[in-house]
Amino acid sequence: MNKAGIISLISVFLGLLAGAVLMIITGHNPFVGFMYLIQGGTLTLERIGNTLATATPLILTGLSVTFAFKTGLFNIGTPGQMLFGGFCATAVGLTSNLPSILLLPLMLLAGFLGGALFAFIPGLLKAVFNVHEVVSSIMMNWISFWIVYYTIQAYFKGNMETESRLLADSATLRAPWLSNLFGGSYINLGLLIAILCVAVVAFILNKTTFGYELKSVGFNRHAAEYGGISVNKNIILSMMISGGLAGLAGVMQYAGNANNIQIGVMPSQGFDGIAVALLGGITPIGSLFSALFFGLLYSGRGFMNAMTDVPPEIADTIIATIIYFAATSILVERLLDKFSKSRKTAQLSEATTADPLYPDSSEKNTEDKGDN
Amino acid sequence: MDYVVEMLNIRKEFPGIVANDNITLQLKRGEVHALLGENGAGKSTLMGMLFGMYHPDLGSIKINGSEVKIANPNVANDLGIGMVHQHFKLVHNFTTTQNIILGIEPKKGLTVDIKSATTKVAELSKRYGLNVDPSAKIEDISVGMQQRVEILKMLYRNAEILIFDEPTAVLTPQEINDLMEIMKNLIQEGKSIILITHKLKEIKAVADRCTVIRRGKYIGTVDVKSTSEMEMAKMMVGRPVSFKVTKIPSTPKDTILKIDNLCVQNNKKVLGLKNFSLEVRAGEIVGIAGVEGNGQSELVEAITGLRKIESGSVVVKDQPINTLSVKKRIDMGIAHIPEDRHKRGLILDYTVEDNMILEIYHKEPFSRYKLLNRPAIHSYADKIIADFDVRAGEGGASYARSLSGGNQQKAIIGREIALDPDLLIAVQPTRGLDVGSIEYIHKRLIEQRDKGKAVLLVSLELDEVMNVSDRIAIVNNGELIGIVQASETNENEIGLMMAGVKGEDRHE
Ligand SMILES: Nc1ncnc2c1ncn2[C@@H]1O[C@H](COP(=O)(O)OP(=O)(O)OP(=O)(O)O)[C@@H](O)[C@H]1O
Ligand SMILES: [Mg+2]
Repeated sequence: MNKAGIISLISVFLGLLAGAVLMIITGHNPFVGFMYLIQGGTLTLERIGNTLATATPLILTGLSVTFAFKTGLFNIGTPGQMLFGGFCATAVGLTSNLPSILLLPLMLLAGFLGGALFAFIPGLLKAVFNVHEVVSSIMMNWISFWIVYYTIQAYFKGNMETESRLLADSATLRAPWLSNLFGGSYINLGLLIAILCVAVVAFILNKTTFGYELKSVGFNRHAAEYGGISVNKNIILSMMISGGLAGLAGVMQYAGNANNIQIGVMPSQGFDGIAVALLGGITPIGSLFSALFFGLLYSGRGFMNAMTDVPPEIADTIIATIIYFAATSILVERLLDKFSKSRKTAQLSEATTADPLYPDSSEKNTEDKGDN
Repeated sequence: MDYVVEMLNIRKEFPGIVANDNITLQLKRGEVHALLGENGAGKSTLMGMLFGMYHPDLGSIKINGSEVKIANPNVANDLGIGMVHQHFKLVHNFTTTQNIILGIEPKKGLTVDIKSATTKVAELSKRYGLNVDPSAKIEDISVGMQQRVEILKMLYRNAEILIFDEPTAVLTPQEINDLMEIMKNLIQEGKSIILITHKLKEIKAVADRCTVIRRGKYIGTVDVKSTSEMEMAKMMVGRPVSFKVTKIPSTPKDTILKIDNLCVQNNKKVLGLKNFSLEVRAGEIVGIAGVEGNGQSELVEAITGLRKIESGSVVVKDQPINTLSVKKRIDMGIAHIPEDRHKRGLILDYTVEDNMILEIYHKEPFSRYKLLNRPAIHSYADKIIADFDVRAGEGGASYARSLSGGNQQKAIIGREIALDPDLLIAVQPTRGLDVGSIEYIHKRLIEQRDKGKAVLLVSLELDEVMNVSDRIAIVNNGELIGIVQASETNENEIGLMMAGVKGEDRHE
């Protein structure tokens, strides 16, 4: 296993440890707590199915953040992109009578384009005016939020003020065979699509000239420019694809896990995407696994709550702690170095593999190992 | 014997390479000790261990006679060791004083006592003749000044042992002279210095002794006074090195590059290049001589497409290229060895292999149907690595970041020459290279010329410009002062022109 993977596992372990300490402090038995937390997500086929379903949008938002990261962009607009993508798909689903086989691809396309549109704008602002994408994509979140809020109420209002009409079953990603396979859980085709996206994104990043360009821009845009790679084009494209993936997450959520769209709430899966990406070590495959893990925690916490008197907030705290450790993986890395070092002094002649460079290695792109 | 530093039988391995193999270096109190070795010989690695950035696998380090473990740079600081890295570590929008006290700020109650710090910095600066303005912003001062700030940083921390890793590679000739003076002052004040440089002249000028290493192995320590430059070069490379460039007279043919009345803005948004005209023909090397910052960067970036042209024209092979994209220009046969290898030249987080296709990744056979073709990339990179003797622990699979500075440079030069361009623009191509590599690179540049290619050489080193070029264009303050035949000029004439004295004025 590579270093990033080990760091993620340590982050998870430290997060669980912190959760255990919290449970002990609040007078609960952590082993019992964790047992129910895990059982809640895995005990039956249905529960496993629900865990996978919960993880589905997270896979895509994690992938979305990962993709932008590779080009050196911090897409923090995933909630808005997800919401708008989901909205576009829902709008298509509610207004068209096409058969499923045509309608679903069309909805996916609408979702992708909707998300891409909302990421295109920050991408363009970044490329042309050098506006920082964090600022502009956060603002896009609210634009998305209110547009959806208004339009749903005006045109697609359902039984309640705060949600849209229900999509027909044929206009969702639900598949009875899959659901039945998992004991009637709400798992749906979204999972397969998400896994497919992981494979496609990994392929693009690692095997194609497009991926080469994106990563070049991400690592060192000056050198990319020097090499004839269009920095602006790649920034915009990267943001759009990132947004498109977030838009797909919206389709999974609103036309897969649910069958209508809630307004007045920013989808939490959007921001969770950042955590998923960080815990996944900013790799596509890593996002898949870390999303599954988050899915497990999210779907297990209700069970833990029901079976013990551990409050569900503990599960949230564990998640938050894990995010914290994943986000500060630099610290974990240091720790790791320390450990391997003290072991190494015992047998001096063993070859060193990793060396801590400077404390200020954050400016990686413009500085080298400082030598020469 | 009174040694301040003893590094005894040091060994350090990196994946795939033994960077230091049983190396011993002893620094006497009050001496300048040069550390000489080819690119990738392990000099920076050795100094990295003295400064606590790496840890030796074997061997011991003694400071003032007692054995120490230098776990990190802070420990090194406490032991009185300071280091100036080639790539400075300064915060650009801070003042010099703020940079110097960073991490050890003097406190007055809860606030930083910037006033007493400023006074102390001013005092130190005066005492060592550094002339640093304590309240100037880093972004406003020259590279040479920035280096002095780095020196002050060490002095402020009371360092007694000063390590300079290739300090002169980024300096102008005048700044180099100043630095040599500063080093002499430092010695007089009781400091001891380890100096890494590839320039034997500098070793001759300031060093007392010189330790030579080759491919990670200790070769010997010599007394500088009684050893000739030739002998040192031979110790280091393992064969005699010729310092003279041999070449047949050029036979220029068609004009490849034609620059007419070119005006280009610099970073401060004023004209950095003014009404500049020049032709470079197939089969000749035209050198640009000038003090740093006199329009060279603007010229090169305007030709390569990295900077906007205000007015005038650039024509390559009869085609105006003013508005062409960088990619189109590369495809036309323009190659560029950039001045800053870390900013432009390399993607440090890519492998060497991936760096070798930076301009051609989208072409066959390196990709087909937009898919990278690994085997083709691999063998292409291996060929450059072998041709240009790029030494790296794991060959093409090494990360560019892990290469020694000189080997990074060789990789870039190899990549650009491998493009077999009609016009090769080489900016400071031999910066940071050892004498053997310089000899080889010069040979390759001349070989390009003899193959009928046009070469534009920009260098701050007069020797290089004079030895390699056929014609020399001198710039001053963004203007062309004159063009002379390399065979008919001398250092004096060029020196005067670099200072802005035009040819005609002189002959009258
Ligand atoms: N962090 C690292 N990881 C892997 N290999 C390294 C690392 N640092 C240095 N090396 C390798 O160790 C060898 C010695 O490198 P070092 O930087 O010490 O050379 P140097 O003598 O300073 O050369 P130069 O004159 O080119 O700066 C090189 O082959 C380099 O590739
Ligand atoms: Mg070095």
